[in-house]
Amino acid sequence: MAEKILMKGNEALAEAAIMAGCRHYFGYPITPQTEVAAYMSRRMPKIGGTFLQAESEIAAINMVIGAAAAGKRAMTSSSSPGISLKSEGISYMAGCDLPALIVNVQRGGPGLGGIQPSQSDYFQATRGGGHGDYHLLVLAPSSVQEMADLVFKGFDLAEKYRMPCMLLADGTMGQMMEPVELSERAGESAAKPWALTGTEGKRRPNIINSLALEPQELEKWNEDRFKRYDIVRENEQMSESYRMEDAEICVVAFGIAARVSQNAVDAARAKGIRAGMLRPITLWPFPEKALKAAADQCKAFVSVELNMGQMIEDVRLAIECKRPVSLCCRTGGMIPSPDEVLSVIERAAEGGK
Amino acid sequence: MAKVTFEKDLCKGCGLCIAACPKKILSLSTDEINQKGHHPAQIDDQSKCIACAFCATMCPDCVITVEK
Amino acid sequence: MMVFEKPKALTNAPLHYCPGCTHGIIHRLVAEAIDSLDIAGRTIGVASVGCSVFAYNYFNCDMVQAAHGRAPAVATGVKRADPSKIVFTYQGDGDLASIGTAETVHSAARGENITIIFVNNAIYGMTGGQMAPTSLPGQVTQTSPYGRDVNTVGYPVRICELLATLDGTGYVERVAVNNVKNVRNAKRAIEKAFRNQVEGKGFSLIEVLSTCPTNWGKTPEGALEWLDQNMIPYYPLGVYKDKFSEEAAK
Repeated sequence: MAEKILMKGNEALAEAAIMAGCRHYFGYPITPQTEVAAYMSRRMPKIGGTFLQAESEIAAINMVIGAAAAGKRAMTSSSSPGISLKSEGISYMAGCDLPALIVNVQRGGPGLGGIQPSQSDYFQATRGGGHGDYHLLVLAPSSVQEMADLVFKGFDLAEKYRMPCMLLADGTMGQMMEPVELSERAGESAAKPWALTGTEGKRRPNIINSLALEPQELEKWNEDRFKRYDIVRENEQMSESYRMEDAEICVVAFGIAARVSQNAVDAARAKGIRAGMLRPITLWPFPEKALKAAADQCKAFVSVELNMGQMIEDVRLAIECKRPVSLCCRTGGMIPSPDEVLSVIERAAEGGK
Repeated sequence: MAKVTFEKDLCKGCGLCIAACPKKILSLSTDEINQKGHHPAQIDDQSKCIACAFCATMCPDCVITVEK
Repeated sequence: MMVFEKPKALTNAPLHYCPGCTHGIIHRLVAEAIDSLDIAGRTIGVASVGCSVFAYNYFNCDMVQAAHGRAPAVATGVKRADPSKIVFTYQGDGDLASIGTAETVHSAARGENITIIFVNNAIYGMTGGQMAPTSLPGQVTQTSPYGRDVNTVGYPVRICELLATLDGTGYVERVAVNNVKNVRNAKRAIEKAFRNQVEGKGFSLIEVLSTCPTNWGKTPEGALEWLDQNMIPYYPLGVYKDKFSEEAAK
């Protein structure tokens, strides 16, 4: 078993990417994720990998497209405004069925917003962000250990389903330090017969492209892609339950909000309220099955988020509006305190909103 | 003996080969229409061809093959 | 004896370009360079957005289609992923000199060992003839119906001259395909731009002055003449930088 070391979330995810076999990182500085680029710039040259600081986020994501098209494990990282810039390229990746890892260490928005932690890119990430019909795999870590673990998972899933994967962290996850155990893991790297490796005169050219001017053809591409999404929805939902066995009030929270909510659940229990928590680990696919099951058991839900209420829509959809859902949120870089979450749990338990 | 052949159905009738020919022995067919609906280029007098390949050099569609 | 035949690095797909459009000549020259260096099996092309968007159907090698202006960044990714591959982009003036200016300038500044074929026809062809970054002063287009007024929309961008100022740029030359002599010269330049990459020398860009008979409102032959009389004076042909032969000379 590997030794535990104290690391920043941003550095843990960077080292995990290297351990997962990623040798191509393209980035652009933006707070609060710049440590990822700094870490990669130190490590990649030592191991024969590529670190390249691009001229923009747009260029960086397109470099990822090039390396991914060539069949390599490639990644980029950024924070909210930078992800908006990358969204064009992410849409092209989805349209070209290219796997890669995109890390978003979110900060407050909209616009230039702030540099403090946020979860306000939930809609952008789970709905795709760019133009067209597509989804990303979206993974939400809530500890430094998970910042690392979900990197391995993310690359594997991206390659298995040939779609881009986003690690949706927040400034707290990126900046905080925790003990983490890192160990090299053999990735389940899928075969890539579609990759641009040169024909060597032995096969027909491979073409990676998202353009189909024939509407019938484009419709077919989209339908085929959504059949794949259905398989992802069926097989890859991930969530964690906390004190849910007999819970009447179900708190739903991810990332740093889940850490705060866990304390609030304990406080509610101490006051005799049977509270529990479901923590989505995959935001897309959203853990609908777990939520649906909870709807049969719980009388009310509380969605805790670092935004004005985005995931709450998916909670309502997942439970088909069978139970009331309250919102506990802070935004702009603010994080709700356990007491704030507790008071919303208490109101929900009393049947109020 | 120089020989110029045209892959007729690729021709778009732009006439750049005709303008480039130093011997002025190319023309657009007046009675024939190809698959694309163009009057294709043709050689009128093969015996005067000097195999300079100017026509093929200026053809944007790789219609022309030149042999000698 | 075969004097002239279609290069093997072109597929059999009929080109979709308008009659007399010289994109076809430039495609052929690129394919001839690939054949001549015998590199088709390890070449990866990057198609751009514009009239040449379908380039991926025409070259007999692995191809990826890039977003508008982003081809040099995609090419950078491919090349960094596997430096043994020969990577080229094929871009028009709207793609390379307007929306993709940053990607163009910075791939040159980095001295990426890639080859860029830049087709300058002074207009946006695919979208129906709008003013391009390279449209000439006074040129009438769909979006400059009274002629390009430099007082309101500014001046054309001369890419070769611009890139020649960068230390990272290896080889930039401007050629044209309006007559046999110029086509043959363009062939030499394009082949050299690929050979530089094969030899690991660095960034090469060939700007090719090309025609757009349809959107210029000219006959194919008239378009060649317009290029000669209007474009070449504004965009003089020649080598703007050749760091590699400078280095060789030292």
